[in-house]
Amino acid sequence: MTDAEILSVLRPDGTVDPSLDPGLPDPELLSLYRHMALLRAIDEKAVALQRSGRIGFFVPSTGQEACSIGAGHAVREGDWIFPAYRDHGVGLMRGYPLAALVGQILGNTADATRGRQMPNHWCDRSIHLVSVSSPVATQLPHAVGAAYAAKVRGERIAVLATFGDGGTSTGDFHAAMNFTGVFRLPVVFFCENNRYAISHRVEDQTATRTLAEKAPAYGLPGVRVDGNDVLAVRKVVGDAMGRARAGEGGTLIEALTYRLGPHSTSDDPTVYRSEEEVAAWRGKDPIRRFAAFLMGRGLLEDPAAEEAGAKEIVRRAVEAAEDAPPVPLSSMFEDVYAEIPWHLAEQRDSLLSGKG
Amino acid sequence: MPEVTLIKAVNDALATEMARDPSVCVLGEDVGREGGVFRATEGLFRRFGQERVIDTPLNEVGIVGMAIGMAMNGLRPVAEIEFSDFIYPAFDQIVSEMAKMRYRSAGQFTAAVVVRAPSGGGIKGGHYHSQSPEAYFIHTAGLVVVMPSTPSDAKGLLASAIRGEDPVIFLEPKALYRTVKEEVPQGEHLVPIGKGRIVRPGDDLTLITWGAMVPVAEKAAESATAEGASVEVIDPRTLWPLDIGMIEASVNRTGRAVILHEAPRTCGFGAEVAALIQERCFLHLKSPVGRVTGFDTPFPYALEKSYLPDPERTLRAVRAALEF
Repeated sequence: MTDAEILSVLRPDGTVDPSLDPGLPDPELLSLYRHMALLRAIDEKAVALQRSGRIGFFVPSTGQEACSIGAGHAVREGDWIFPAYRDHGVGLMRGYPLAALVGQILGNTADATRGRQMPNHWCDRSIHLVSVSSPVATQLPHAVGAAYAAKVRGERIAVLATFGDGGTSTGDFHAAMNFTGVFRLPVVFFCENNRYAISHRVEDQTATRTLAEKAPAYGLPGVRVDGNDVLAVRKVVGDAMGRARAGEGGTLIEALTYRLGPHSTSDDPTVYRSEEEVAAWRGKDPIRRFAAFLMGRGLLEDPAAEEAGAKEIVRRAVEAAEDAPPVPLSSMFEDVYAEIPWHLAEQRDSLLSGKG
Repeated sequence: MPEVTLIKAVNDALATEMARDPSVCVLGEDVGREGGVFRATEGLFRRFGQERVIDTPLNEVGIVGMAIGMAMNGLRPVAEIEFSDFIYPAFDQIVSEMAKMRYRSAGQFTAAVVVRAPSGGGIKGGHYHSQSPEAYFIHTAGLVVVMPSTPSDAKGLLASAIRGEDPVIFLEPKALYRTVKEEVPQGEHLVPIGKGRIVRPGDDLTLITWGAMVPVAEKAAESATAEGASVEVIDPRTLWPLDIGMIEASVNRTGRAVILHEAPRTCGFGAEVAALIQERCFLHLKSPVGRVTGFDTPFPYALEKSYLPDPERTLRAVRAALEF
């Protein structure tokens, strides 16, 4: 497979290939840009919160905004999303409120999931944004099951499952791809190949030259897309979701991108990659690239002002949620089971009485 | 009421619940055309079709993971793991995903999957067809763990598990699949989760056991009667959450307790039951809480009969408690 087979829509000069342009209306184009800028602003704020000790941890997605925003835009009402922890953009683009996202990061009573998980582990039933877990790729077999349920009910929906290059090495990836092929299910596997699983280079993750070429072994099509090109991602994911909704089965998409920041706030990427490599990818920044296109179209005048605006929106969201009260102690014992069994009631009462 | 075997009762529960609720599905290896390696799903494929009785590829991660997604999206899946010894590849899906879905999403998503697995020894199956893994799952917050010992309980508990809102590990004592027979109510039949059963009343000692050890306990209790001791046998049926009230009331009355299980001894569920009894019944106890268990070895093939507790070994522990 050559680089020519990596689908790009945005040209380096800021124009688009008209034969591949997904043809989104202007307000939608602007919405993609604003969500990418918002995502970048969330990263900056969350990392600052972590550095100042106000939250414990964060997983940034800087550099990969085109992936999650482009993919998220291809999701329709009724579809399901099984995201990885770096893909808050997918939910955000689908309407997961910023206030909810910020609440989850803070883990106080502003968090709809009651501080149960560390940052980046969001969910929202109303948009079928499924709860994130930390073990990599465990959500992929769930996507299979959700797709199966939709299929037997005759619903014409698609299921989007997102994960990284490291995820393709897991047994869960194999199981989910194989089941999807065997049962011909509407699952779109969106793999963000950001070149590193923490420190491990993708070249050392697999002996295949691409990740997409694993798909035919499961009877699925595999395609590669420029993951720093939001229009290309939107087009490829949109096409795959469309085929899935039409009953034509699943797809594996490999989006080639780069994680500009650390794996998480606990990671030091200077240990395993060079400044030159990072600088080269910084030059391919997906937000700047898309901004150039929008400016060429006359849809955007002042990117700096837009980005400052995004930062202000995030600042206000954090300000509004940061002083929410902590989650009550008793909530620790709730939602373990549908009803609180005797042993948890005893443990709760013991803790609350100060005798435990 | 007809007399049926335990495996037939499992089959009856699945058929009855599938007929009652179209969202109930069965999935696993060989569960469809084959009807299951133990015939638990016999006839379901023909009756309910391949969409609801799903022959899956050979992958336990896929089976349990898929079942979780099905449950999140409105179905009531019953996943079969062919032998509980093969459940370990799916351990992460069970303990980190299925068991935690409700908690981590604060109730927005739930994974009310029933995972059925034939469990325990007694069929000359060696290490990979004989283990009793209940303690792993009891230790996991968010799981209900059930093990019936009679056909009637198997049917009623499986139906309750399928209708319930929590994920359930449903361990079936395969040694009893065809060796016990009793009358089982026809049609819909429920046995509540979390309620134990007094198998045999007694006054001098409480013998707590489950699964294939229940008939062993009954034989030991009979022998004890011949020696002049009255032994109460309790089968919790739901191992977790345990019917602690039934055990507490019994031990407070008898003053002696022995726990019998075929799983290995160290950190076996007997250890937890013993701790609960000493915490709750200390002033009533006349002897230390005894344990009769499998050994802390891999499950041996040739020496299976010596590994598994039998009535004689049980009786020795009962005598020791009575003579303390």
